Amino acid sequence: MSTLVDPGLAAAVGTHEEFDAAACMNCGVCTAVCPMGIEVLPRRLFRYVLLGMEEQVLQETESVYSCLLCKMCEVNCPAGVHIAENVRSLRHHLNRKVFGL
Amino acid sequence: MPLPTGDVIGILADNLRLRKSVLPISTRNATRWARGLDLPHGGETVIYTGLMYQLIPYIEGLVKAETRLADSPLARLTPLGRRLNRVVNISAFMARPSAGMKALYDQVPINVARLLRQAGVEFGYLYKDDLYTGALAHDLGADEVVLEHARRVHGVLKKHGVKTAITLDPHTTNMLRSVYPKLLSDFDVQVKTYLEVLAEKEPIPRTALSGELVIHDSCVFSRYENIVDEPRTLLVATGMKIKEPEKSGRMTWCCGGPVESLYPDKAHANAQKRVEQLRAAGSEVVTMCPMCYVNLSGAAPEGVVFNDISHYLYRAFVA
Repeated sequence: MSTLVDPGLAAAVGTHEEFDAAACMNCGVCTAVCPMGIEVLPRRLFRYVLLGMEEQVLQETESVYSCLLCKMCEVNCPAGVHIAENVRSLRHHLNRKVFGL
Repeated sequence: MPLPTGDVIGILADNLRLRKSVLPISTRNATRWARGLDLPHGGETVIYTGLMYQLIPYIEGLVKAETRLADSPLARLTPLGRRLNRVVNISAFMARPSAGMKALYDQVPINVARLLRQAGVEFGYLYKDDLYTGALAHDLGADEVVLEHARRVHGVLKKHGVKTAITLDPHTTNMLRSVYPKLLSDFDVQVKTYLEVLAEKEPIPRTALSGELVIHDSCVFSRYENIVDEPRTLLVATGMKIKEPEKSGRMTWCCGGPVESLYPDKAHANAQKRVEQLRAAGSEVVTMCPMCYVNLSGAAPEGVVFNDISHYLYRAFVA
């Protein structure tokens, strides 16, 4: 029987020691304070990564690169997630996976 | 339609790998600001510009060219442009700023060098070896290229025996102070911004200034590097009154600049929102990052003035 959760994607993205998407408790503060009003970042996106839902991650490529890395979400995150570094890790993954860089 | 994301990142990363900067500029243009200042070559303490201020006129030129290209059928040729750019530096042809723009941004390192000198700080300059740090490529996740470049910059600093680098802008500061030590286990250069160096000196103004300034904090200074108090301490010492906008200090609102290379329209829309917040507090705004300056001033309506913090500090402590 196949499983819903595929840890392979999180392992591939999380080559950086600071990748800590699993610490996200999905409270939504990040989305509420985002200057860009990016709906999907970062909490739902992190969930896609943790669940191995790569297709959904790839559909959000523009959102991933639209993040300002301004850390407004990060300084307000009650779980202390390294959101900006996690987004950067995703970019590194997409650079290789999608753009062949 | 924005240009293809992967090709734009590819061009910027190729430039950093092949030409030591995401947007290469000549040594003459990078070091022009130092002419006549008689700064010693190298030394244990150096002013390190990381080319950020000098690069802005070229980045602006490139973004304008990108915007024109994105709206034309030529946008389809971007992948070909990336291949060509590996052989010929086409990004340099696309960005041709005016002499006036170059002089405007050169003025900041000139101001800073004179401020440091006035404060009694002894420092040198690396001239052609004052390299860009790779900040934009790091933001875009081009990690392999950034690591290679960080080794190159570290090698140059070691060659000159640099122990302390005095930086100007938030992005160069963050790369050298927080990113490089994670990438390079033996990176031990002490990094301080000129704002921190000057604030420690508690300078007394030669010419007291008057008036009110709205302060716009840089995200990278305030949230990455915890630099919030120093610019305020120095500006208050000039005699000017500081007005805090709706979002300030550690809760500052981004200028939009970080996405300008990929999505200029989104960057501009965000800058417009920030300008409205700043404008509600006053009509004269002080910035401390070249990216903030260029994005916010480009989105400002007539009557709202932007100046780099060095402009005020120079007038008060040196002029």
